[in-house]
Amino acid sequence: MSETTNQYRRKFLSGVVGAAAAITVAPGVLLRQVEAKPADQAVTNSVRWGMLIITGNLSDGGDKVVQACKKEHGWGDEKHSNAEQKAQWVRKVKVTEKLTKHSFELPIMCQHCETAPCQDVCPTGASFKRADGIVLVDKHLCIGCRYCMMACPYKARSLVHEPLQDQRADSPRGMGTVESCNMCVHRVDKGQKPACVEAEPNAMVFGDLNDANSDISKMLQEYGGKQIRADLGLNTGVRYHGI
Amino acid sequence: MFQEVQNNGVGYWGLLGFLGLFILAGAMAFFAVEHTGHYVTGMNNQVVWGLPHVFAIALIVAASGALNIGSMGTVFGKTAYQPLGRLSALLAIALLIGGLIVLVLDLGHADRLIVAMTEHNPKSIFSWNILLYNGFIIIVGFYIWTMMDPKMKLFYKLAGRFAFIWRLILTLGTGSIFGFIVARQFYDAAILAPLFVVLSFALGLAVFNLVLMASYACTKRELGDVIVNKLRYLLAVFIGGVLLLELARHLTNLYATEHHGIEAFILMGDNIFSSLFWWVQIGLGSLLPLFLIFCKKLQNSRIAFMLASVLVIVGAFAQLYIILIGGQVYPLVLFPNAEVSSSFFDGVIVSYTPSLYELALGLGGVALALAIVMIAVKVLRFLPVSLADKVVDPHHCK
Repeated sequence: MSETTNQYRRKFLSGVVGAAAAITVAPGVLLRQVEAKPADQAVTNSVRWGMLIITGNLSDGGDKVVQACKKEHGWGDEKHSNAEQKAQWVRKVKVTEKLTKHSFELPIMCQHCETAPCQDVCPTGASFKRADGIVLVDKHLCIGCRYCMMACPYKARSLVHEPLQDQRADSPRGMGTVESCNMCVHRVDKGQKPACVEAEPNAMVFGDLNDANSDISKMLQEYGGKQIRADLGLNTGVRYHGI
Repeated sequence: MFQEVQNNGVGYWGLLGFLGLFILAGAMAFFAVEHTGHYVTGMNNQVVWGLPHVFAIALIVAASGALNIGSMGTVFGKTAYQPLGRLSALLAIALLIGGLIVLVLDLGHADRLIVAMTEHNPKSIFSWNILLYNGFIIIVGFYIWTMMDPKMKLFYKLAGRFAFIWRLILTLGTGSIFGFIVARQFYDAAILAPLFVVLSFALGLAVFNLVLMASYACTKRELGDVIVNKLRYLLAVFIGGVLLLELARHLTNLYATEHHGIEAFILMGDNIFSSLFWWVQIGLGSLLPLFLIFCKKLQNSRIAFMLASVLVIVGAFAQLYIILIGGQVYPLVLFPNAEVSSSFFDGVIVSYTPSLYELALGLGGVALALAIVMIAVKVLRFLPVSLADKVVDPHHCK
């Protein structure tokens, strides 16, 4: 066997092994590229982050979700505000149909609408939607007019009614500004899941709604996912199974 | 012929000082809330707009309506109203400033006013309103200039027409603040925009009538029955207009099943809003003024006309309170045909009790508007020396 043939075989085999390795590793690598973007790279609309909540799998109807959110963002401990004034980024809602008495519980937070009414009405553009579908409040532009709270069909927003101290570093909050669920954008940008999804891994799925191969897209395609107030046509990023 | 108010007595300065006390109280309320946060107010995350917003919107709507008298003279050529154009425009600017002050000082971040002026969202009616309000002050200011300076008379008609169109758009914009809210059962109706326009006619005219009569009484100038009766019947037409659009709004709502809940709550509920609607808005604020205007025995009665104007203001205030507060205390519909409950007051009719801070801020805005008028009529020639019948209508014979 000539030296040229051996060289050819070694090259062929290494190519096959390399390709096999690439195929094996690629999904992980590609998945990581979708989940986390480098900090210096702008957000694009190639992804649309969303959440699917399977209400039947929630261990306590949403209490863990509320607790995880409180712990992550530090809301709900306002000292002076009364119950109506305290911020609630997410709440557990019990629903009972009047006729059938069928009842279920679910956590309701900002639904991260594609055409968000809060964004439409905000006079300064403080309420905005990132290219990847996450609806946020720019705390430097918010003048505290509360028009977004009037416009939100889900009552998902709160005004901070008192001075705050020792806020979480990743979750800016301030008196006189409006706030709501930000889908744990600080975690998402690091390739992590939102705190509530980690707290209820069997009931909540987080992922890219634009990627047909993502877990959330596959589950939505197979089992379906409803929107609250779907009649408003807001194309929400948060979907529910079991409502 | 126009002349500044010459009064230098205790009456003038006493009244100005009295208004100053309210302005001071309003300023103190603002600083207190700005310092402590909104938790000291009755507003919360369920009722996000409260009494200050009722005051602010009432003043803004009245501002637009107060310009009506000027428009009647300039745009529609009614010469009897032309001497009142200056006062009409002045009152419009003063009321708008009073309303805007209340609105701005109630912001969670009033210190960021510059942000509201420099950052605009073209899709937001609020953002458009900021331009409309600022533009109104400039245009109506120019309109006053064309009325006061003979050299500017050339632009009088043009300025009057432009101000008229601008004020219509402004009030449509104010009504649209609610008309564009898709989420809440009591709003989300295009009819709110024209309703606010007609409401502005009635409310603005009522305020104008009172200011006119008070200033003429205090300065001992003559105000004849011809002009007063014109204003009297004009007020009746506007009250009728508001009633018509309000009827259409409620009937339209009653036709759609999804609005039955909120309509029953407002019209037939065992609550303050139903009482305000039937007793104050309809009874005291609409039917009683119509009676006071059309009752033969009360013809030419200044007291009856003043009372009618006061009642129209009270009725309009009640109407705005019902729209603003009533529309918010009624729960959002998350799941139709289902009962919902949560720690965030879902499915519950929430309560709202205004605090003293909110009342002081609102009254401060009213006082500021009136103080601006008082100072302006003293330093510039806004008021005609006489509005006697022979001046208003030379063909009039008693």
